[in-house]
This record gives sequence, C-alpha cells and structure tokens, in this order.
Amino acid sequence: MKNFEFLLTAWIVVWAIFFAYEITVARRITQVREEIARLRQQLNGN
Amino acid sequence: MKARWFFTMVVAALIFFAGYAALFVAPDEKTMHAVQRIFYFHLPSWIAMFSALCVVFYANVAYLVTKKRKFDALGVAGVEVGVMCCTIGLITGPLWARPVWGIWWTWDARLTTTFILWILYISYLLLRGLLEDPEKKATLSAIFGIFAFLDVPLVYLSNRLWRTQHPQPVIAGGNGSGLDPLMGKVLLLCVVAVFCVMVLVYIDRYRLELLRNECDELKFEIESRNTQPANLGATSTRRAGS
Repeated sequence: MKNFEFLLTAWIVVWAIFFAYEITVARRITQVREEIARLRQQLNGN
Repeated sequence: MKARWFFTMVVAALIFFAGYAALFVAPDEKTMHAVQRIFYFHLPSWIAMFSALCVVFYANVAYLVTKKRKFDALGVAGVEVGVMCCTIGLITGPLWARPVWGIWWTWDARLTTTFILWILYISYLLLRGLLEDPEKKATLSAIFGIFAFLDVPLVYLSNRLWRTQHPQPVIAGGNGSGLDPLMGKVLLLCVVAVFCVMVLVYIDRYRLELLRNECDELKFEIESRNTQPANLGATSTRRAGS
C-alpha cells in the first residue's frame, strides 16, 4: 500500500498520545490520593 | 466503579471496531489511497477538541458567575484534554499533508488559526502554573479561557471564509461536498469512538482536579491549626509586655 507508513505513524501517534495521557492522569490521581491520606492522618494525629 | 469499568470496556470495543472499520472496511479513496484513512482519526480528534473547549467556555463563564471551584476544575480539565486532542490533530494533519501536498505545513488560515489556538490553551495552562493564590488563579484563567475561546469559531470558519490550502469542508460544506455513504458510516463510528475516549479521559482529569482541591483544603486546615497556637502565644506575650 502506497504511503502506508504515514497512515501507520498517524495511527500509532493517536493512540500513543491518548494512552500516555491517561497513564499520567492515573498516576497523578494515585499520588494525590496518597497525599490526601497522609494529610488526613496528620490532621487526626494533631 | 462498575459503571466506570463498563464504560471503559464499551470504549475499548469502540476503539477496536472503529480502527478495524477505518483500516479495512472504508472504501479506498481513488487519488490518495491509504493515507486518506488518516482522516478517520484526524477529523474526530478536532470534533473531540471542539466539544472539550465548549465545555471549558461554559465552565469559565459559570466560574465567573458562581465562583464555585468545581467549575474551575471542569475548565482546567477540559483545557488539558482539548490541548491533547489539538496536538493529535496537529500531528496527524502534517502526516496526511506530506504525501498529498508535498509539504508538511503551510501558514494558511486554517492551520495558522489552529496553531494559535494550541498556543493560547498551552498559555492558559502555563498561566495557572505561575499563580499561587487559588482564587486569583481561577479567576484569571477563566477570563483568559473566555478570551482564548474566541479563536474556536475562527478555526471552524477559516476554510469557509478564506481560500485555504486545507481542504474545503466535506460535511456541511454546501454544493459539491459530501462523503461516500460507507465512508460516512465509518467516520461516524470513529467520531463516536474518539469522542468517548475524550469523555473517559476528561472524567478522570476532572476527578484529579477535585482531589487536588481537597488536598489544598486539607493543607490549609493543617496550616491554620499549626499557626493558631503560635498566634495566640504571640498575642499573650504582647499583652504581658504591655
């Protein structure tokens, strides 16, 4: 197929960006949840 | 949580079927052949971006009217998701243009207004990073977001108002525009799939922003508890001194 490499690159880019972004959001959610748990513990300890 | 998993599974199935339809079901375009299939992800990413930015506009106006932080969270989440969709469009566009036009990029009205849009919303995110006070940050970014949204209709209308290198609209573009019926169905499936992915990501990003707000409130509470005894101590010392 002519110019298939452009189609393949576009295909990979689209889903790579979506998945990479979703992974960063999920990681940030985990970090903030841990921070909230730590702060709650600190607040209850005082 | 169950609903969330169900929605994720539906989106995963949609991605699979949309991808299959775009690559194998849609008919071959006579002049561009394989590279034309980029269109099935290029156009849906713009539709997803426009939808996200419309929500941002609503959230920005709602924040300025109500001053509720949930609207600020909705706004910033939408900007990040919108920038992501815009980035996809700005990458897939040149990947289509290179074999079809012979160039990666040209400064025509559609491409330039889109690039400005991308820069504007990146600036929105940078602006938020520079401001410390949460209320000031939310107010200024809401005002900036409303200003940035002025470019959205301009992007949409650019290839209708001016002669551009970018193709004229194939949908709702007047006489001579239109798609092969099967291409139209595949495009619709791809639009639904990319839109659902955008919604899924948007919900997660919004949740993250709400959690950040909760975290800030807890930090403020701890800080105020820690400073209260010190202030009382300072007051009693002053009283003793006087």
